[in-house]
Amino acid sequence: MSERLVCTGLTKSFSTVRVLKGVSLTARAGRTLGLVGENGAGKSTLMNLIGGVHRPDSGTMTLEGRPYAPASPIQALDRGIAFVHQELNLFGNLSVADNMFITGFPRRFGLIDRKTMNVRAAGFLEKVDLRVSPNTPVDALPQGERQLVEIAKALHGSSKLIILDEPTTSLSHRETTRLFETMDRLRSEGVALVYISHALDDVLRLCDDLAILRDGELVATGPRDEFTRDRLISLMVGRPIGQLYPERPPASLRTVILEARNISQAGVAQSINLQAHQGEVLGIAGLMGSGRSELARILFGLDPHSSGEVLLNDADITHLTPRARIERGMAFLTESRREDGLFMDASIADNMAIVRRQPARIPELCAALGVKRANLDRQPVRQLSGGNQQKVALAKWLIEPPKLLILDEPTRGVDVGAKYEIYKLMNDLARQGVALIVISSEVEELTGMCDRIVVMSKGETKAEFTPPFDRARILGAAV
Amino acid sequence: MTSIWRRAVLSEYFILYLSVAWFAALTPITPGFATAENLGNIFSSMLPLLVVAIGQTVVLITGGIDLSVTSTIALASTVGALLTTRKEGAGPALAAIAVMLGIGIAIGAVNGLAIHSLRMPPFIVTLATMMFFSGFAIWLTASRNIHELPQAFTRIGRGLDGGIALTLIVAVAVHVILTRSILGRWLYAIGRNVRTALVSGVLVSRTTIAAYTISGVCAAVASILYTGRLETGSPVLGQRILLDVIGATVIGGASLFGGRGKVLWTVFGVLFMTLVDNSLNLLGLSNFAVLMAKGFVILGAALLDTARRRYV
Repeated sequence: MSERLVCTGLTKSFSTVRVLKGVSLTARAGRTLGLVGENGAGKSTLMNLIGGVHRPDSGTMTLEGRPYAPASPIQALDRGIAFVHQELNLFGNLSVADNMFITGFPRRFGLIDRKTMNVRAAGFLEKVDLRVSPNTPVDALPQGERQLVEIAKALHGSSKLIILDEPTTSLSHRETTRLFETMDRLRSEGVALVYISHALDDVLRLCDDLAILRDGELVATGPRDEFTRDRLISLMVGRPIGQLYPERPPASLRTVILEARNISQAGVAQSINLQAHQGEVLGIAGLMGSGRSELARILFGLDPHSSGEVLLNDADITHLTPRARIERGMAFLTESRREDGLFMDASIADNMAIVRRQPARIPELCAALGVKRANLDRQPVRQLSGGNQQKVALAKWLIEPPKLLILDEPTRGVDVGAKYEIYKLMNDLARQGVALIVISSEVEELTGMCDRIVVMSKGETKAEFTPPFDRARILGAAV
Repeated sequence: MTSIWRRAVLSEYFILYLSVAWFAALTPITPGFATAENLGNIFSSMLPLLVVAIGQTVVLITGGIDLSVTSTIALASTVGALLTTRKEGAGPALAAIAVMLGIGIAIGAVNGLAIHSLRMPPFIVTLATMMFFSGFAIWLTASRNIHELPQAFTRIGRGLDGGIALTLIVAVAVHVILTRSILGRWLYAIGRNVRTALVSGVLVSRTTIAAYTISGVCAAVASILYTGRLETGSPVLGQRILLDVIGATVIGGASLFGGRGKVLWTVFGVLFMTLVDNSLNLLGLSNFAVLMAKGFVILGAALLDTARRRYV
C-alpha cells in the first residue's frame, strides 16, 4: 500500500475566511479515497490545492515521495494529477477528441495529427464505454455523456491520481454504473482515486478509505470498515441527525390552485393534465429527457406550447408572460443555479431583489432561511456554497409569498444539512397554503416529501401515485 | 424541392447563396453591375477588406474585438511611405515592408498584453490603441499624405496578382491555424469559456496575445495593399472600413460572443458586403442613401440569419 499523495497541514484562506485549517491527508496507490463533508466544509478548496488551481497558504504536499507544489493546473497535469471537476470543463464548440487533447495534441509537422488523435480518443472513449465518434461536437451530446467525455479526458494522460468531484450528479443510473466500473478498473491498474460525493451510499460502496471534512478540518479518516452511513452523517454535521424528511400532515386536496389542461408541444409534451392543490406538495418523477423540466418551463410561460390551457385560481393564464404569472403568484426555482437560477457574480441582495424590490425583507429572509454569508450587498453568490446558493435562489421567490411554487431539483448538489432545511421550508410553505410542484430525479426525495407523485415518460404522464408510495413501482413507471 | 430549399437555408454557405441571389436580383436594374470591369473592381476592393476581416475573425473567435486595425493600417502606411521615399531601390522597399509588418505585430502584441495581463476589456484597450496610433500617424506626417512612392514598393500591393498572392497567403495561413493547429483549438476554447480554458491548462496568455498579433499582422498586410494601390502613404487610410470589417465578419457567421467563426465564412461575409456596397453605388444613390440602404440590407441579412438558426 504505497503512499502516492501525502498532504500535511494544508491551510488556505480567502480574504479573511479560513477555509482550510491544517488538513493532512494521504491517498494511496490502487485505492479509492472517499472525501465527504457538507457544502462549505472545504472539500473543493482542498482539491483545488491538489489540482494546482489555488496555492496553499501553508503546509506541504509530496507526490510519490517527492515534493509537490503545483503552481498551475498544467503543472499538476504534468505530474500525473487529473481533475474531473464538478462543473463540466468542456468546450461545447469543439469536438470530443479536441476536448480530450486540449493541452497535448498529437502533432505531425507542427500541426495537429487528426488521425492519430481520433484513434487514441476512440480508445479512451471505449474505456468509459461511450460509443460516439471522436469528431462529434460536445454541444451535440446529452449531459450524461459529456460527463463521460470529461472522465475519458482525465484518463488520457498517464494519470497517477484522479480526483472526481461529484461526477454523478448529472448521470443516469446506467451511466453511473458504467463510471463505477471504470473507476474499479483504474484502481486495479494502480491509479490512486479521490472520490467526492454527497451520495453517501455510493461513497460507502466504492471507497477503500474515507476522510470526513467539517468546517475546514479533517474530523476523521480511516478504512471504510470503520464507518457506517449514520456515523458518516453525524461526523459531517457534527451532531446526530434524526430523520431525513421532516413530518407534515397530509394536504386536503380541496382547492385547485393550478390546473393544466391538455398541454401539448411537439417532442416535449403530449396532452398533459395536471392539478396542484392548495397546501399540496405534488411530485413529478421521470428520467432525464422525460419532459419534466420542459413542462415546468411551459407552465411558467417560458417556453411555447401548441395547444392546451393553464389556469391559476380558475383564471386562464395561458397567454400571459412569466412576469404576469409572477404577479399572479407563480414562482419557479429552476434546475440549474448557475445557468438560469442566479446571477453568479451579483451580490446576494441583488439576486434577491430581482423578482420584487423590497430591500427590507432581504436580511429578514436570509436570517429565516439561515443563509451563511459574509456580506449581503457585496459578496457575490459565486462565493457561497451550493446549499447557500440554493437558499438564495429560493429566497428571491419568497419576498412576497407565492401561491404556486415550482421547484426543479430543489436539492441538487446540496449537502445533507441544507437539504433538511430546504425540506422544512417546503413543508412550512405547504402549511401556509402554497401549492408546490417538485421535480426530482431522486425518487426517495419525492416519496419522502410529496402528497402525490405523477410520473412522466417521453412527454406523457404515465401514472399517478398516492401514499403509501412504492418506490419500485414509481421507478418502473418512469422507464 | 423543399429539401433542397431547406438544405440551402441551413447550409454554412447561406451567405454565399445570399450574395448570388443579390447579384442575380440587382443585375437587371443596375447599369454596369455585371460587366467584367466592375467584377474586377469588386474583386480587387474585396482583397484588403478580406485580409483585415480574417484577422478580425481570429479575434472574434476568442470573444474579443479589435478596433485598432484601422490605426494599424494608417500607421503602417505612413511609416512605410516615409521609409521608402528616403531611399530608392528594392532593398529599402522590402525593409519598409518588414517594418510595416513589425508595426502590425507590435500593436497587436500591445493589445494582447494589455488585455491579458492587465485584464482590461478588449473593447477599451483596442479603442485606446486605435486613438493613440491614429493620432501618432497624423502627428508623424504633420497630417499630410505622402505621395510619389517608388515603384519597387507600390508594385507589391498595386497589381491584382500581388494582391491576390498576399490575400491567399493570409487566408490559407489563418485557415490552417484555425483548423489544424493547437493554437487554433485554443482560440476556439478561450472564446467559449476562459475559466474552463484556464482549468484545462490552456495557455490563455499566449493564445490571447497571438490572436491580437495575427489581427495586427493582417491589418499591416492590408496596409501594404492599400498603400500600394493608392501609391500614397496616408495617416487616415482605412479609417472608414472598421465597421464594414466587423459587420462582414459577423454576417459571415463569426460570433461577437466568441467561440465561432471560420475563414471561409468571413470570405462570404466580405463578398456580400462588397457586392451590396458596389451595387448601391452604381445605382447612383447619393452617399447618405447608400448608407441607409446598406443599413437595411445588413439588418435584413442578420434577420434572415437569426431566423434560419431558430428554424434548425
